[in-house]
Order: sequence, then C-alpha cells, then structure tokens
Amino acid sequence: MLGYILRRILAIIPVMLIVAIFVFLLLRLTPGDPAAIIAGDMATPEQLERIREAMGLNKPLLTQFFTWMGSLLQGDLGTSLISGTPVTTMIGQRIFPTINMALLTIVIAVAIAVPMGVLAAWRHRSWVDYAVMSFSVLGFSVPVFVIGYLFILVFSISLGWLPVQGYASPSEKGIAEFLYRAILPSLTLATIYVALIARMTRASMLEVLGEDYIRTARAKGVKESRVLFRHALRNAAVPILTVIGTGFALLISGVVVTESVFNIPGIGRLTVDAILARDYPVIQAMILITSATYVVVNLIIDISYTVFDPRIRY
Amino acid sequence: MASTALVGASAAWAETTITAVMHSGLRVLDPVITTAHITRNHAYMIYDVLVAVDGTFTPQPQMADWTVSDDGLVYTFTLRDGLKFHDGSPVTMADAEASLKRWATKDSGGQIIMDKTASLTATDDKTLVWTLNEPFAPLLDTLGKQSALPPFIMPARIAATPADTAITEHVGSGPFRFVEAEFQPGVSVTYIKNEDYVPRSEPADNMAGGKVVNVDKVVWSTMPDASTAINALLGNEIDYIESVQVDLLPLLEGDPDVVYEKREPLGYQTIGRMNFKHPPFDNVKVRQAAMKALDQQAILAALVGNPDYYSICGAIFGCGTPLADATGSESLTSGGDLEAAKALLAEAGYDGTPIVLMAPTDVVALAAQPVVASQALRNAGFNVDMQPMDWQTLVTRRASQNAPADGGWNMFFTNWLVPEISSPLVSPMLNGRGDSAWFGWPDDAVVEGLKADFIAAKTLEEQQAVAKKIQAHNMEQVLYVPVGQYALPQARRATITDMLASPVPVFWNVKKAE
Repeated sequence: MLGYILRRILAIIPVMLIVAIFVFLLLRLTPGDPAAIIAGDMATPEQLERIREAMGLNKPLLTQFFTWMGSLLQGDLGTSLISGTPVTTMIGQRIFPTINMALLTIVIAVAIAVPMGVLAAWRHRSWVDYAVMSFSVLGFSVPVFVIGYLFILVFSISLGWLPVQGYASPSEKGIAEFLYRAILPSLTLATIYVALIARMTRASMLEVLGEDYIRTARAKGVKESRVLFRHALRNAAVPILTVIGTGFALLISGVVVTESVFNIPGIGRLTVDAILARDYPVIQAMILITSATYVVVNLIIDISYTVFDPRIRY
Repeated sequence: MASTALVGASAAWAETTITAVMHSGLRVLDPVITTAHITRNHAYMIYDVLVAVDGTFTPQPQMADWTVSDDGLVYTFTLRDGLKFHDGSPVTMADAEASLKRWATKDSGGQIIMDKTASLTATDDKTLVWTLNEPFAPLLDTLGKQSALPPFIMPARIAATPADTAITEHVGSGPFRFVEAEFQPGVSVTYIKNEDYVPRSEPADNMAGGKVVNVDKVVWSTMPDASTAINALLGNEIDYIESVQVDLLPLLEGDPDVVYEKREPLGYQTIGRMNFKHPPFDNVKVRQAAMKALDQQAILAALVGNPDYYSICGAIFGCGTPLADATGSESLTSGGDLEAAKALLAEAGYDGTPIVLMAPTDVVALAAQPVVASQALRNAGFNVDMQPMDWQTLVTRRASQNAPADGGWNMFFTNWLVPEISSPLVSPMLNGRGDSAWFGWPDDAVVEGLKADFIAAKTLEEQQAVAKKIQAHNMEQVLYVPVGQYALPQARRATITDMLASPVPVFWNVKKAE
C-alpha cells in the first residue's frame, strides 16, 4: 500500500513536467500580448516594443522557458506581468474563497444527494424515484447562471433574506458571516452536484440491492435502515466516491460562472482574467495547480476505495 | 504596515465608506506606464497634479500657480503651501521635476514639449522653472489634461524609476491614500481619506478646484457580471456603479432609492480606423468610399439602442468641445451615401481585395460597430472578411504591420473618452508620422504641419481656425472615421450626492448621507 502511494506520488512529477511544457508552449502560440494590456490603448508601436523588452517577452522562447522552470523548481511561481504582484500572493488571496465554497458545496450536495439517491433506489419505480430522477434531469439541464439568478431573485431581491453578492472569509469575519454570504452560491453550485451524485447513488444502490447478501440480511430480520446504509450503501460507495472526488476537483477548477454571478474573488475568475490579459505566469501557475489538484484528488479517491471496500488492495 | 495602522485608526469611529463598482479591475498601478482609464482614475485618487482643467477645459492652478514671461518662453511654477506626501515628507519642486521628466518620456504631449525645452529645473523647494527654446502655447493645457497620461507628481525617488518599468511604491500627495495591504489586483482596492491633504479654497470644478474629501473610505470593487452589480445596488450592498449598460437601466427604474444619470455631457466617441500600409486602404479614394458607406445612426442604434444616450456627431474633436467642427461629415451624419461610395470605389478601381475587419466579441462597447459596418461596406461593394476575436487578440494583431493575409488587418473600431480626442495634440489618430504613428500608420506631413500651426496659435479663435482645417483634412484623407458619441450612465444610491460632472469619476466633493 505504502509503496503504491509512493509510486503514485512520484508519478506526479513527470505528469506535471509534461503539463508545464504543454502549457508554456500553448500560451506562447496563442495570439496575445501582455504588453498591450499594460500599455493601454494609446500606446504607440514603439512604446509597446519597449515594454516587451523591459518585461523580457522579446527573449527567445527557450530562454524564457528555462528561466521559468528554474524559478519553478525553487518554488517561485513568478510575478504577474500585469500587476507586478507575486503569483503566489495572488493565488494565496484567491484560493481560499474557492476551496471554502467547494467544500461547502460538496457538503451540501452529499448531504442532500446521497439520501435522495438511496431513497430513489429503495422506492424504485415509485413517485419518489420519478421525482428524484426528474430533479436530476432538471439539475443537469439548467445552466448554473440561470439557477444563480433565480436564487438571487427569490432569496435576495424578493425576500431580502440573503445578500446578492460578496464573500466573507470565515477566519476573518467568522463562520456565520461566511455562511450568510456563501449559502446562495454554494446552493447554486450544489444543484448540479446533487443531480449528479443522486443519480450515481441510485444506480449504484439499485445494483447492490439486488445482491444475495442484501436478501440474506433482510431474511435475517436486519432493520431496513441498517440494510440500506450499512450493507448496501457501503458496497455501493466506490462509484459514488469517484463522482464526489472528481466533482470537488471540478469545483476547484471550474466555478468561474458562479464566482462571476456572486462576485466571489476566487481562482476561477483569477484564471479567466489572466487568460484575457495573457498574464502568462498566472495562467501557467493556475493550470499547474489545477492539474496537481486532479492528480491528488484521484490519489485520495483511490486510497479511500480500500476503506470502503476491503476487497480492494493495491 | 503604515497603511494597516491607518486603517485601524480610521476604523475607531463610525466610518463613512463608499463602495463603488468601477468599469474595470485595477491591475496596473503605475500611471505613467499605461494609458488605461482605471489606472488614471486610481492615480487621481492618490496623486495630485500641478495644473488641472476646469469645466471649460481652461487650465487652473492645482498644486502650483504660475507666471509666464512676456516672450512665452519661461514658465515659473510656485508650489502652494502645506502639501505632503503620504509618507509624511513635504512635496518639493524637485519631486515635480523628476515626475515631469519621467512623464515626458512616455506622453506624446510631453515629448513635444521636451523637444522645445531648454531646461526644466527646480530652483528651490517651491519653484520650478521651465524654459523653452520656442513658445509652446498649449503647455498649460498639456500639463492639465486629464487623459491619457496626466502628469501626476510623486516623490523624486519613485519618479527615478525608468519610464518603461512599473513603479513598486505608491506614495502620492493626493486627497486619498492607497491601502496596499487590502489591494487585490483585479478584485478590490481601498482608499482612505488623506487627513493631511490641504484642498484649494475654490469650489471643485471638473478636475480643478478644492478636492474636499467628505468620506473616510472608498472601496472600488470589481464585478464582472453587470447584473450582479445592478442587483447589489438595488439591495443597498454597494453605493455606486461607474458605467451601466443602457439595456440594463429598466432594472433600476421605479426604485426611489437609486439614481441613474449621465456623469458628464461629453461621454465617448466611437471611431473606425483603417490601415494605411496595405491595399485597399492605402488608396485615399477607397478610404473615402468606406467612410461614405457608413451611417452613424445605424451603428449607434445597434451599439447603444436608447437615443437618450447617444448623439450623431461628425466632429473629430467631439461635439461640445471648444474645437468642435463638423466639416466633411455630412454623409456620416445623414444616413450614409451608398451611391457616392460605389462611385468612389469604381473610380479607385477597387479589385475586390478583401477587407480584414477585426471584430472584438468580448467587449460590449465594441461588439456592434464591426457588425453594422461590415454590412454597410458590403452594400457599397466591398468584399469584407469580418474576423471575430477577443480584444486581447485584436490589440496584439493591430500592432502587426504585416499584410492582412499574413496576420495583419485593414480596419478596426475603438472608443475614446471625448477629452482624449478633443485636441490635435492629444488625439492619437492625428499622428501622421508613418511607422511611428498610432496603429494604421498614416504618413501625412500635412496633418503634422497643421498640428505645428495649432501649437503656434495664440488664441482660442486661432486654434479653432486650425482645428477646422484639420477636421477638413481628416475627412478628406480619412485618418479616422468618427462614428458618433455615446454615454454610459452612472448609477448611485440616492444617499450619494454632490458627485462632480467630470469625465474622470472622482470621489472628492462627494457626500454620503447615513
């Protein structure tokens, strides 16, 4: 087991190296010029050229690549070409809103979706099942920004219960203020994941509920709730965990729309802003971090399989 | 550290804070390295200027008063008393000298003045003497301009930074202090009242007059989603939105606690620019044909929609400005002239060379113009290749002098604040120095000669006479196509009052009722 984990961790190195090379080359091949953003609309071609020179953008690609890699190996993600702020500072300011929102979203989604999925499987082909499945289709199909605007309209504008926008750090403003501001965006994001996880739970549970050991447990007179949550759900957990894990990774990397609608200063917006401004060091760092998140989350999922399903051994 | 302490101190009493959503996120903090409006607006918060223009575009004393020698060659500026930088050090004319010299290496107006400068020297802490080789009547107008690069005064040690390298310390002597510890690039920026600031005694007027600060704190927040900003204003979570898309105004109607209005009368001018280096627009007849094909009304209707917020205007210096003149713009302002366009194309022997028209799709204020224009050009007989792209790709590509088929271009549209094009000395499109000119690179000795005449003009009447000739020349050579003026209204809570009607949104003079 330990050897497996070590091998998986070591495998991260070549993966990240390949990602780094691809990101660097792709960005340099994309049209765009950070000097033009800095200089503004009135800059003449000569002024642009001088700024490119000062920023080192005129150096050969290979030189730029090795300079970047050299800094990266020393843990230095570089400095934003646009604002001059260290990239680590920028990511440090922006990553916690995203992580906190993602965690809250996953907690809400799991708390709602798993019981829903279990219930749908338990009452297979009843109105409960159809209701859960209809909600799932709806949750998948409605774009996240539409759900966000609907929630704002109902809970903020009409009822006035919750704020329209903004983020409060739980460490600075307290958990109550954080939840007050985070509940709407998290609910918005959770809609999709509730749909996804509920569907997966239902499918997985349906498969398990037909197994002989479930019939045996019921024949022995085990309480139905124990059959469902102890015997069935635990055996159905592996695919559900996979969905939850990849869902978390997706939340870290893909919440830009929700961040925009609710004005949350997270890394989704940071990435999009950096792409629009061709802020190479920030984009490179963000893609590396996103890739690392996926690799680590997948590793954690693989390890957690052994906890939920003792038959799995590495 | 100092900023944090100041925030702590100001939080001790009930603060008056204005939360404002600006048109863009602040990322670049150096007002000399970029012409971005948001950076200039930031600079007006924390820096001060020697000279500022009032509502009639007349230069007025701000940090300094001045005298001019009878021969117009020696300007002597005298610093007013009580001015301090935010680090506590007094402002001296040595700081002004260093700041002006750094500014003049980047600003086109500053470069012209420096070409005529014999010396620029702080003779003592309070006195700066600017000696010219030949008279330059618009010197004070250039120092007082509010776009694109106003000459902000910063400590000499910071102004010693090379002009192509961004400054890393942000210390001004203006009415607000920048709170570095709370700055998140592209997200939010916080300013607190500079308690040491000594405003002038005159009432505030445009960028001139007393900069009296009536609030403790101003927070600029960036909201990428326009609807979110509107909802936040309705929900009393923010106080002010700098620019509201006209099609979202109905959302604000009927709320007595919210006010929307034009901040100032001039607004923006939207323009089309052609590439003089490559066919077919290297031929003046083809440029004229393209201009004849365009109809301001059609473009503005698509761009803005609500006629309350746009106006037909054929003046290259902008309607409502001292130099406004509409000579030669008749077709543009009266529906276009397709027949004349077709005749000019035939006369030019246009062979169907495709026009690469760059169309940015990610900037709302620039998306409609190329779409409407491409159809108008096609109607006149042009073969138009409209290429959608993001604005970043456009600004990179427009710097390319390659042929359109090799990554170059033929035409694009952009917008300017009217003060940015209100004089031949500031308008980028009227630079006729070929490869050194603004994108499009016209090589036009006549316009350069007319600009020299403008500089030599001694009175407003003489300047207006030259400006009229420049207008006529522009419309004949089609250095650029003025496509009309429009305004983006601002919106505020009714508790926010006394905002100044200036092209730059400023937060002095403003009051916030509890």
